[in-house]
Amino acid sequence: MIKIEILAFGIAKDIFGASTLNVDLSDDSSAGDLKARLEQTYPRLKQLASYMVAVNNEYAQDTLPLTERDEIAIIPPVSGG
Amino acid sequence: MDTQVKILSEPLDVGACIDWVMSPQSGGIDVFIGTVRNATKGRPVLKLEFEAYIPMAISEINKIIQQTLELWPVQKVLVHHRIGVLQVGEVPVIIAVSAAHRDAAFEACRYIIDTLKQTVPIWKKEFFEDGEVWVAAHP
Repeated sequence: MIKIEILAFGIAKDIFGASTLNVDLSDDSSAGDLKARLEQTYPRLKQLASYMVAVNNEYAQDTLPLTERDEIAIIPPVSGG
Repeated sequence: MDTQVKILSEPLDVGACIDWVMSPQSGGIDVFIGTVRNATKGRPVLKLEFEAYIPMAISEINKIIQQTLELWPVQKVLVHHRIGVLQVGEVPVIIAVSAAHRDAAFEACRYIIDTLKQTVPIWKKEFFEDGEVWVAAHP
């Protein structure tokens, strides 16, 4: 099992009720597995226009494996500018 | 080539941004200044709040600038974005581009703001008289 900490921004912070979240995942979990787990616990994520996982400051494909050393963030639809 | 990217919680300084991109090789400077509008679809907006994932936002802005340098012959590029609470009329973003010729400056400046709005992890919350909304969150 791996223990990861997730940073949340924008509406994701409101959905989680916190700006960080700890999640336990099975070994060899990917960014896509994390999304599936979060959507189970926080179904409001599925109502967003879209959202991405960022790993070490880069947008991640769903297949990207996660490790405990990664900095992981949930990126809801951006609206800067 | 000189570039400058900052995410700041203090008011942005338009004059200082323009001064920074000036160079003797430039024939023109193009500047985009975003301002807080007083309404969205006819609904009065009281204020905005901007939040950023700062290290990733700086990295994504730098990527956009690198793409810009490959696409247009520009000389200096500056992007400043503000975070925190902004009142109507205040400036959340300044993009300044200098180039030898104006076509490159205009096109590069537009590319940077358009792409920033699509890819850079910065979020805007609009405050109305009867509630608040994270912009673009829902379809």
